[in-house]
Amino acid sequence: MNDGVDLLTAYDRQGHWCEMLGGDGAPAEHASMVRDRLGGLTLSDLVRRSEVAERELYNLGITFTVYSERDVIDRILPFDVIPRIISPRDWDIIERGSKQRVNAINLFLHDVYHDAHILKDGTVPAELIYGNAYYREQMRGIAVQHGSYVNVCGVDLVRDQFGQFKVLEDNARTPSGVSYVVENRHMMQRTFPDLRAEIGIRPVSDYGQKLLEAVADLAPSEVQDPQVVLLSPGVFNSAYFEHVFLAREMGVPLVEGSDLLVENDRVWMRTTAGMAPVHSIYRRLDDAFLDPEVFNPESMLGVPGLFGAYAKGNVGLANAVGTGCSDDKAVYAYMPRIIRYYLDEDPILDNVDTHICREREGLAYTLSNLENLVVKPVGESGGYGIVIGPRATQEEIDDIRVKLEANPANFISQPMIDLSVCPTLIDGMIEPRHVDLRPFVVTGQSCWVLPGGLTRVALRRGSLIVNSSQGGGSKDTWVLEP
Amino acid sequence: MTIGTKFLLARYADCAFWLGRYMERAESLARILDVNLHFSRDSRGSQNWRSIVQLNADEERFNKAYDVASYANVVHFYALDRDNPTSIISAIRSAKENARSLRPMISTEMWSHLNVFNNLTNALTPDDLKPSELSRVCAFIKEECQTHTGITEGTFFRDQSWFFYLIGRQVERADQTTRLLDIKYHLLLPADQRVGSPVDVSQWNALLRSVAGYHAFRRVHPRGMSPKQVATFLLFNMSFPRSIALCLSEIDGHLHHLKTGFGLRAGNISMELLDEARAALAGHNQDSVVQFGLHEFSDYLQRQLIAITAAVRQEFCGVVPDSDAA
Repeated sequence: MNDGVDLLTAYDRQGHWCEMLGGDGAPAEHASMVRDRLGGLTLSDLVRRSEVAERELYNLGITFTVYSERDVIDRILPFDVIPRIISPRDWDIIERGSKQRVNAINLFLHDVYHDAHILKDGTVPAELIYGNAYYREQMRGIAVQHGSYVNVCGVDLVRDQFGQFKVLEDNARTPSGVSYVVENRHMMQRTFPDLRAEIGIRPVSDYGQKLLEAVADLAPSEVQDPQVVLLSPGVFNSAYFEHVFLAREMGVPLVEGSDLLVENDRVWMRTTAGMAPVHSIYRRLDDAFLDPEVFNPESMLGVPGLFGAYAKGNVGLANAVGTGCSDDKAVYAYMPRIIRYYLDEDPILDNVDTHICREREGLAYTLSNLENLVVKPVGESGGYGIVIGPRATQEEIDDIRVKLEANPANFISQPMIDLSVCPTLIDGMIEPRHVDLRPFVVTGQSCWVLPGGLTRVALRRGSLIVNSSQGGGSKDTWVLEP
Repeated sequence: MTIGTKFLLARYADCAFWLGRYMERAESLARILDVNLHFSRDSRGSQNWRSIVQLNADEERFNKAYDVASYANVVHFYALDRDNPTSIISAIRSAKENARSLRPMISTEMWSHLNVFNNLTNALTPDDLKPSELSRVCAFIKEECQTHTGITEGTFFRDQSWFFYLIGRQVERADQTTRLLDIKYHLLLPADQRVGSPVDVSQWNALLRSVAGYHAFRRVHPRGMSPKQVATFLLFNMSFPRSIALCLSEIDGHLHHLKTGFGLRAGNISMELLDEARAALAGHNQDSVVQFGLHEFSDYLQRQLIAITAAVRQEFCGVVPDSDAA
């Protein structure tokens, strides 16, 4: 069948920690069965099935959409068919660590928008919060059901060369990507039933129901049978597929701002039978666009009066308004201290060592080690503006030095992490490519972590940047049953 | 928790209506192109191609983009021209964009098929429209539209949106039948002495075949074929799926179902307009409709269908008339 040549024989992890093979002196036992089965396939079979999978993703419309002047172009997120496998032991750490982090973030946000102890006693510099573009003064004193501010959190993890998971950043506003987690699994079930036969993989299919429960938990407590909706910016949003996916999985209407209206601080939706009440909203719209009366007055996407209804407690919003001041890269640096402050526990998942350039020692260390550090602007996302010292040109180093000296508070720096790799099908060959992991934490009254997560893979050789806007793809992520 | 069936967003109702309309339109446009291909074969030359443009009141837009009403230009204009909102490719694209908004409501299979169909039509080139190929391409489009209809019948959840979808489909179907009738009379009326000539009968024959109505017609009229009989069949027959009478009757049924089955209070103006159209139809027979003028009657029906569309959208979807174009 395969000429007796194991498909993975020629694969070289090139010294990195490998999700399939492990690292130096630490073989990945949990992945051995999949590894053997994969090795028994022929390359041409793998390539053929990979093509079938990509075509199917396209035909099913599991796509993000690019609009030009006259054309509507649907693109798929590149999908790699070789799964990333996580052992029950590793998952236990990820799950507990992610919950701990979200718990701490929620306590932090409640504090920030109420008594602000942590800012007053200087544990976190007050100007980091009050000067943050995502801090919302309007949230001060507003009660949030169950103190649950961050109902959906994506905790971006990387694994270093010793196999340790570290948090790279928190996504506490409107993290996306969960639709790919579920659809990638469906795709693997259809195209590689033989690879996963008899292997206990934890299911990811009940995400929609867990999310619905969490969002319903945010409705006013006197409502017995809350109407939940998903608020989307509409078909022109690049994540529209995910909004559709989630609305379907939750069994709730997908609404746009123009479908809703607020009267007497209550939210209604326009239906064929007239106005119907809305009690809780999973919104995939940034704070700034939610309500033109309170935030960006230019917003055509939001609902005038929505914030008023929210402030009165007549409607729930997931995530809460103003969570963006907690997932900023500058605040991230303080997260270990924030966890200890509220929970009196050590972080289960460590941060990547972070030098805070607003602090004198951090800046000095960064400036004298620029060639070895990764420098990140604090206000950016999507991988933009990052300078990777060991790979930068002298010109880039000089440029970032000037920027650092001009505005040190705008930057953090971190050692370059040697991200783990996973065997990946590239142009008909199996090669190591760097991956990260985004588990999704869903929190209403209680907290739940989807046993899986989005594995993003940097498809360019040697690249450490996994963002889809910069040539990243995704893989199915198998969390094995204990 | 309230899920799914209790409410239908007004916007979804509108999108369902237009999804039904645009898919039906794509199918009908393919039929009309096909039937005109047949007509053009009987030595009338380019005049026939100009007449389709006139019939659809598209002359101004057509003349802006093309210098002559040649076969290639007219066929391109109605099949592949993305700037022509009444082309097949535009109808399919509009159907897909409505389906995109409606994706939370329709089945994955419906979406997937429409997605693939749209991609296939986008790949068509002028070469595919050569006289030798056009019939095949029209057949392909008809079949894909029918596949859509089948998938929809088998998978669309029967909530309110299903009924709006059906209303859209029937409104378009009725509208397109009036246009098919009109193509014929438009061609013949200036020279009315030709009505009933042998050439004429062969054209009616082709028209009936293009709406899959030839054998149905034969079951009603085993012998003979007069233009009057064909027109009557397309207008009044209550068993033929594309007859005006049947389409209007089905719209009536769907509107009633929305009222009684889902308790919607809106729809009174839509029903009144529909009743008027049905009464006008019932007031005619095969002789009176020809006396009245088939072109005039088709025109009346088209205007009435436009009014019904506006009323349905306003009453159920809160769309203010003329706020956007069909």
